[in-house]
Amino acid sequence: MSLQYFGLHSISGSLVVLDHVKGAQFDEMARIVLDDGTERTGRVAMLEGDKAVLQIFEGTHGLSLNNTRTQFTGRPMEIPLSADLLGRVFTGAGRPADGLGEVMPEKFGDINGLPLNPVSRQYPRNYIETGISSIDCLMTLIRGQKLPIFSGTGLSHNKLAVQIVQQARIAKDDNAEFAVVFAAMGIQNDVADYFRRSFAESGVLQNVVMFLNLANDPIVERIITPRCALTAAEYLAYEKHMHILVVMTDMTAYAEALREFSSSKGEIPGRKGFPGYLYSDLASMYERAGIIEGVEGSVTQLPILTMPNDDITHPVPDLTGYITEGQIVLERGLEQSGVYPPIAVLPSLSRLMKDGIGEGYTRGDHAAVANQLFASYAQVQDARSLASVIGEEELSALDRQYLEFGKYFESCFLSQGFNENRSMEETLDLGWTLLSLLPKSALDRVDDQMLSAHYDPAAAAALKERMAKNG
Amino acid sequence: MQQPVIYSINGPVVKVRNTDIFSMMEMVYVGERRLIGEVIGLTDEETTIQVYEGTSGLKTGEPVAPTGAPMSVTLGPGILTNIFDGIERPLRTLEEKSGAFIADGLDVPILDTERQYDVTVKVKVGTMMQGGEAYASCLETSAILHLCLLPPNLSGKVVYAAPNGKYRINDEVLRLEDADGQIHSLTLCQKWPIRRARPAAKRLTPSRPMITGQRVLDTLFPIARGGTAAIPGGFGTGKTMTQHQIAKWCDADIIVYIGCGERGNEMTQVLEEFTALKDPRTGKSLMERTVLIANTSNMPVAAREASIYTGITLAEYYRDMGYHIAIMADSTSRWAEALREISGRLEEMPAEEGYPAYLPSRLSEFYERTGAYETLNGREGSVTVIGAVSPQGSDFSEPVTQNTRRFVRCFWGLDKALAYARHYPAINWTMSYSEYMDDLANYYETQVDPRFTACRTEISTLLKEEQTLMDIVRLIGSDVLPDDQKLIIETARVIRVGFLQQNAYHAEDTYVPLNKQFLMMKLILHVYHRMKELLAEHVSLNEMVHSGVMEMVIKVKYDIPNNQPERFGVLTQQIDSMLNALRKQKEEVL
Repeated sequence: MSLQYFGLHSISGSLVVLDHVKGAQFDEMARIVLDDGTERTGRVAMLEGDKAVLQIFEGTHGLSLNNTRTQFTGRPMEIPLSADLLGRVFTGAGRPADGLGEVMPEKFGDINGLPLNPVSRQYPRNYIETGISSIDCLMTLIRGQKLPIFSGTGLSHNKLAVQIVQQARIAKDDNAEFAVVFAAMGIQNDVADYFRRSFAESGVLQNVVMFLNLANDPIVERIITPRCALTAAEYLAYEKHMHILVVMTDMTAYAEALREFSSSKGEIPGRKGFPGYLYSDLASMYERAGIIEGVEGSVTQLPILTMPNDDITHPVPDLTGYITEGQIVLERGLEQSGVYPPIAVLPSLSRLMKDGIGEGYTRGDHAAVANQLFASYAQVQDARSLASVIGEEELSALDRQYLEFGKYFESCFLSQGFNENRSMEETLDLGWTLLSLLPKSALDRVDDQMLSAHYDPAAAAALKERMAKNG
Repeated sequence: MQQPVIYSINGPVVKVRNTDIFSMMEMVYVGERRLIGEVIGLTDEETTIQVYEGTSGLKTGEPVAPTGAPMSVTLGPGILTNIFDGIERPLRTLEEKSGAFIADGLDVPILDTERQYDVTVKVKVGTMMQGGEAYASCLETSAILHLCLLPPNLSGKVVYAAPNGKYRINDEVLRLEDADGQIHSLTLCQKWPIRRARPAAKRLTPSRPMITGQRVLDTLFPIARGGTAAIPGGFGTGKTMTQHQIAKWCDADIIVYIGCGERGNEMTQVLEEFTALKDPRTGKSLMERTVLIANTSNMPVAAREASIYTGITLAEYYRDMGYHIAIMADSTSRWAEALREISGRLEEMPAEEGYPAYLPSRLSEFYERTGAYETLNGREGSVTVIGAVSPQGSDFSEPVTQNTRRFVRCFWGLDKALAYARHYPAINWTMSYSEYMDDLANYYETQVDPRFTACRTEISTLLKEEQTLMDIVRLIGSDVLPDDQKLIIETARVIRVGFLQQNAYHAEDTYVPLNKQFLMMKLILHVYHRMKELLAEHVSLNEMVHSGVMEMVIKVKYDIPNNQPERFGVLTQQIDSMLNALRKQKEEVL
């Protein structure tokens, strides 16, 4: 098709309007060639009569009403797909950015994807061992899950994401390949570089596909970046049968790009100026995690978002939490007191964990120890707030034991080194040792049998001694 | 007359110009691919249509075809055990046609047209029939007998009745001549518009609880058959889990589970779990009496708006056969958001937080379709709705929660603090309420125990008192309280941990019959009263609390199986003798 339209009817923000258009399809791509020979890409955002509204990915600077030739491609936004994607770096719009030339496509994939039929899904059950105690024990990551990290600016979420990527292990007997798709939306050059370096150092770079839309790249491109990444992930998972972990950062920057774009279209804003369809829009990406029944391969998502002003009720973390299957929440207070990873245990949760742990997956006592740790740590918070009012000396004996338990829980269980990879066995045993710091009667979430098998005050005493020695 | 064509496309909203052949709420086929749509606005200039499938690739100038009928569902045998999308397209058939990912513009039969049912025709030639009467029956699943009902607006004389035998859903089994002499042919299935409530003879006062086996619900905040309840809660507080528990264990005949804008994995889980779960009532799979409607959050938004109506229409159809139906709607907030999204595309004037001004009227319309009814054929049936609400930012003052509150009579508020402490179900007992308490008191007193209401009142009073006392404790610590107040705090702890907390993963505790719920309450109150007496006799509270009695009461939920209520008597005696021993010790010391 070579029908070309000269000039534009109007330009507003990243949107342009074309007149006298015939046969344009909703959502199709258009190529816009400027007089100086440069090219832009646009997508049909709305059709009305013979007018077509296009959103321009690279921005509208330099466009005028009469220096363009527009050609509709008749195809939706697609990216080339092949097994050669691994090890490559692309722009946020899926074009090569590493100087290695175009990808030889085996096929093209529509970046919007299609909804996965709930009937065709396989319920995720296999856990991924991250080697991080708090995650493995209390909010186990399951293959095919979407588990976001809720963080704040300046917290160590990037470090944590890298550690998870480096240590993530699928059950030992599985020999399927494991790869990472990394989507950067509006992050700084330094951060993108940090990820690239870390992947290189740990030798996983050959198994990583990167899509980078940096903080100074156009926002319309930012809106399609995660979709390109997920299209690549779905292809590698369902057609190349690999297990894919998709790291997407930063979802807040993505949502802000969507807000900017929405307001330039003159749409009615919802909460905090975000468009009313933010939920559906986020869901159209998060829901692309999963496993298809009868097909080897899986897509697991680890989106990272920074909560503006550490506010978990902000629309982005809030709506994300409603879609994803749990969340890992980082806390500034913990980070400041030197705890790494600074995971706030109580608000964190993995919804799929209950079916992926226990006998046959991790260990029979996993659920019990996790429940009791949650409940006891909740008591620690109560005891602490009471102590801050009436002073530690006035607390009851039990409350003082809770304070002690809380201290050791944070310094021995939550805290671990960046290169420290704890096995599931170690983690669970450590959990029981810590619980043994508390009197038996305070452990009301565990049945007697379990308790007598694992309650071990001697080990707790030994731990205290060891910690005292190390200062 | 010229074929109407598409004038404009904006997401799921399509407009057609210069035509008057459409009517409001009519179902239409949009474009060459015949996407399903519905007329939602008419002016002399423009017809506005919302499209239930993806509109990518649609062009202006493509035709729009009318169907002449409003957006309807097909009703007939084959609904149960099935899983549909928001406009009643069977997802299993879609999978066969387009694979794991759902494509647009697929034309599939709603119900299985090939399957044969063993049909008993219940009327003879010459019988005069009124709307709503049953003319045939067949076993839809091993658990449910399906009645084929005359459409409510039809009546007349039977002129042909097929013999009993095997029929498919589109085979004619009856011919009826109405008063005007017109002949109507009836098969096993019929259609009904989703936005119109099916008529019934009389609305009945709710008088019987829907028993869920969940202690905090049945005892403290019961819901009536034909009632409405909302479960609001932030993410991670267990809305979905609570709904799963109710769906699995409640004593409704049929479960309609609407996954409205929620997670795909959750629907897969429901499908898997309900299929595997042995129904305690029939001994068969729970799916035999369940229908699922899944519009996951990544499926088209317009169909999300329709899914709620599709669900309640299916429920009303079974209600008319004399069944009691429980609808789980998870989550009504996503439905409200779909309304908002479409309203935004129509450029309507927004009210609060961008929601359209008609949000409250749509919510009330939906909730008012519930209730216990005498059906047109004289049977008794009911539709109960339990709707999850997902308030933005866990803020219960947002429009959907507030408006829902006005139209439901049970409010089960979920609490983040409880969920963080892993107190499940995280239903906050100070915030929640049930307006059915008085309507149902008679049932509890005659069917369970005359003292049931009294016990419940005492339990909730103790919880209330604890709340007040905790305000003091939080300021100055518990040491300063007098012993009788400390006892209240201890007892409230037992109520919270031993009674309100319920373990969905424990074989005995996941469902608890009313009788055991009552005995547990009675035991807790007995211990409380006994300790209070002993306090008056100067027995130390500390000794009583640490004698292990409290732990025994807390563990009753695990230790005494549901089918051995007689063991409560033994346990009470054991506890009494332990407490008496403390009293003896005290006397000896003196």
